[in-house]
Amino acid sequence: MHDVALKPGVAAVHEESRTPYYFVWVALLILTGIEVVLTYNQVFAPVRMLEVLMGLSVIKSAMIIFYFMHLKFEIARMKWVLMVALVVCLTLMFVFFADAFRILSLGVK
Amino acid sequence: MADVAVQHSVAGAYEPSLFGTYSKKIGMWLFLLSDSLTFGALLFAYSYGRISTPNWPTPFGKSSIINATVMTVCLLSSSLTMVLGVLASKKGDHKATVKWLLATMFFGALFVVLHAKEWSGLIHEGLRPFSNPWAKNVPQFGGTFFTLTGMHMLHVTIGVCYLGVVALRKKWIPILLGIWLLGWLLTPATNVFHIGIHVLLLVAAISALILFLKPKVYDAHDVEIAGLYWHFVDLVWMFIFPLVYLMSTKVV
Repeated sequence: MHDVALKPGVAAVHEESRTPYYFVWVALLILTGIEVVLTYNQVFAPVRMLEVLMGLSVIKSAMIIFYFMHLKFEIARMKWVLMVALVVCLTLMFVFFADAFRILSLGVK
Repeated sequence: MADVAVQHSVAGAYEPSLFGTYSKKIGMWLFLLSDSLTFGALLFAYSYGRISTPNWPTPFGKSSIINATVMTVCLLSSSLTMVLGVLASKKGDHKATVKWLLATMFFGALFVVLHAKEWSGLIHEGLRPFSNPWAKNVPQFGGTFFTLTGMHMLHVTIGVCYLGVVALRKKWIPILLGIWLLGWLLTPATNVFHIGIHVLLLVAAISALILFLKPKVYDAHDVEIAGLYWHFVDLVWMFIFPLVYLMSTKVV
């Protein structure tokens, strides 16, 4: 039973097959494998490695949010409000990294 | 049953939802948004320490990385079973829903057990919240590691119990108490989880309060919002795994 009136044809009214979810699951496993291989072979220097791993994590989390959490099937307003709020708030935290790099270049023990 | 009482005289009471979905789902998304900022702050703090400290400890050898990779596979698989449970509940297939939720709980519980094993090993090696045996001048490693991974482990534990309430309802309480008793008796008294497992008692009390004060049959919407929480827990691990484990790999 719906708590609120829903517009037909929008969120939560869709026939789904299981196949895309299996594909997403396999893709997530492959990306995890790539992360482990990259790290164990020390392909990049630590800071570059951090950037690459976080990039792969962002891709993995986008797949989880849009497919497993069904944000793909929500209306555009819901997607924009949630994602813009999240991305802006998290991006603001990057301001601290400037100080982390400053400490690194100062060689503080 | 509606989530809120609506007076007929209130203007706009029956307007369609602004976000085109039901209120419980919007509520869960807002909670997850706030929780993601909590984890975001912890992850950024850890990254700050990692970048600004050249001799950050790298204690995770091959066995730890294999263990953490298996944990990741467990969580990813649990997300798949969860989404299959949500699909089954939308089709009204109660039996399949319970089956998939139990599979999700199994993977979640396996994750917690493997994580507890990992923690116990590190504590045995000498890792403490304010010191570690690998880099004496980086005392913050233990504190940041335990806070970040402990917070996530707590979320997974609560998630397993949440799914237990949705899938099994009142039958879940004796099962949870049994798990608590077994865990308490089987862990050595010196192990941190001998005390930590009492979290399950608290969760059992809260679950009992919810189940006895507001008994209901959980529908497809309830399964879907439980799924949102579960996928979020999986999502957070997608950042913790590379940041904490892979970035501190000990390559021989």
